[in-house]
Amino acid sequence: MVKIEAVLQPSKLDAVKDALLEAGIEGMTILEARGHGRQKGHTEFYRGREYTVDLLPKVKIEMVVPDAMQEKAIQAITSAARTGRIGDGKIFLSRIDEAIRIRNDERGETAL
Amino acid sequence: MCRNAARLLLLLLLFAVPTLLIAQNSSSQPATQGQVAALQQAVQNAQTSADNAWMLVSAALVLLMTGPGLALFYGGLVRRKNILGTMMQSFAMMCLVTILWPIVGYSLAFGHGNAFIGGFEHVFLRNVSLVADPQNFYAPTIPERTYMIYQLMFAIITPALITGAFAERMKFSAMALFLSLWSLLVYSPMAHMVWGVGGLLNANGGRIPSLDFAGGTVVHITSGVSALVTALYLGKRIGYPHTKMAPHSLVLSFIGACLLWVGWFGFNAGSALNSGPLATSAFINTHFATAAAALGWTIFEWLHNGKPTALGAISGAVAGLVAITPASGFVQPMAALAIGLIAGFVCSFMVFKVKSMFGYDDSLDAFGVHGAGGTVGALLTGVFATQLINPAFGKGVATGGMDGHWRQILNQAAGVAIAWVISIVGTLVLLFIVDKVIGLRLNAEDENEGLDLSQHGEEGYDFNT
Repeated sequence: MVKIEAVLQPSKLDAVKDALLEAGIEGMTILEARGHGRQKGHTEFYRGREYTVDLLPKVKIEMVVPDAMQEKAIQAITSAARTGRIGDGKIFLSRIDEAIRIRNDERGETAL
Repeated sequence: MCRNAARLLLLLLLFAVPTLLIAQNSSSQPATQGQVAALQQAVQNAQTSADNAWMLVSAALVLLMTGPGLALFYGGLVRRKNILGTMMQSFAMMCLVTILWPIVGYSLAFGHGNAFIGGFEHVFLRNVSLVADPQNFYAPTIPERTYMIYQLMFAIITPALITGAFAERMKFSAMALFLSLWSLLVYSPMAHMVWGVGGLLNANGGRIPSLDFAGGTVVHITSGVSALVTALYLGKRIGYPHTKMAPHSLVLSFIGACLLWVGWFGFNAGSALNSGPLATSAFINTHFATAAAALGWTIFEWLHNGKPTALGAISGAVAGLVAITPASGFVQPMAALAIGLIAGFVCSFMVFKVKSMFGYDDSLDAFGVHGAGGTVGALLTGVFATQLINPAFGKGVATGGMDGHWRQILNQAAGVAIAWVISIVGTLVLLFIVDKVIGLRLNAEDENEGLDLSQHGEEGYDFNT
């Protein structure tokens, strides 16, 4: 089982969710985050004072999928989220030791 | 025979009619006098009805300026952790000053005393009548009690304005004590000098007659300068100026600013103390100056920073409202546009340039807008005042610069100077005393945690429930 974490532009969230659903992935967790990579921030003015804001709004999607679904999931995310410009985001993968369904104690890939 | 009868009838009629008329007159002469007196009283009552109705509405509008106008305006400008604390400061003034005013504040401001302070004849509202009295010095067509409640709303907002300077770093207890004392020892004397009977600066009989229609000196210079003194005494916020301390909700500030604009019609037009053409002049001037000032600030900012900000626009509007306050009942409408435009430029310059030049932390620009705007407005009142709008010194007597009476500017300057001095001295003394007695400033931990949690045990927003 692999955990897929994707940090995205907030405006791409709907497109990515739809693409994942189409790929057959239904379970996911969405978090609101702030951050930046190589993207520069923007400047704001308040009563003549200039401030640089470099913590930009982001969206993070987390999901745990069976190994067999890994490439399909990645493909869905990248094709929906890519614009070609800096700030598109990143995807991280990590191994998951176990998954448990709370409702009925199911374990393993069937619990996903 | 018929013709004779007809002639007789005609003769009788000729005599009868005048006789009847005279008979009617002589029997109703006392009644006519009584009728005239009753009619005069009815006319007076009608005048009082119209004026009193407008004055009560005006009083409500001025209170609206504090709550929620100023509360929202200031509240939106501070960081989220301080929203409730900031709003509480305005609200506390609504409550505290309301208690002090009828007990002694009104008497000190508007009682008979000397040139500097009133007396105690009206403590607990003694002899403050519910019946309009044409001989009343302040307002011949409304009950003095209406005048009292109207003036109370001014007394409330003035200390509330000062809270902008020490935003995010003063203890609630210290603020309550300091501003209550300030209201009695700085506001009431200044109000007496400018508006009170026998006041030094009163346009009506004072030794240095100065023109302050609705409180440019009494409200804005005193609060603005006291704000500066307080900001300097307390010191900067932790992390100022390199930490970003931007408004957490310009939406709230926007709503507050618009409430201030509309409420100010009560502040200025209500200062006519009647619902006649002078109120119309003040209403128009208020509106015109505000729009012009918002434009002035916006243009300055657009040139200076490259973008016109919402915060700049609403700050400009407030600057215009402040500057027109002393002038509103004395100048022509076109002059109001000029006053507003000038105030927009001057106040934005104060806030953008002068503040960073000197490095003081006047958190919400109470001095930059009220202190500077009030000073500019008071001086320009001397320039633009005209008897065509308000013959304040008597019928046919020149009022200000537009009538050729340029010396009025000197009197205005005197009023400005006195306001500055009483504010600086009074505020320093009170700050010193309150600081020694209970301490003014939050400790570092409380300041970092925020007013809401440290002073009130609450959070303004809870987005988790």
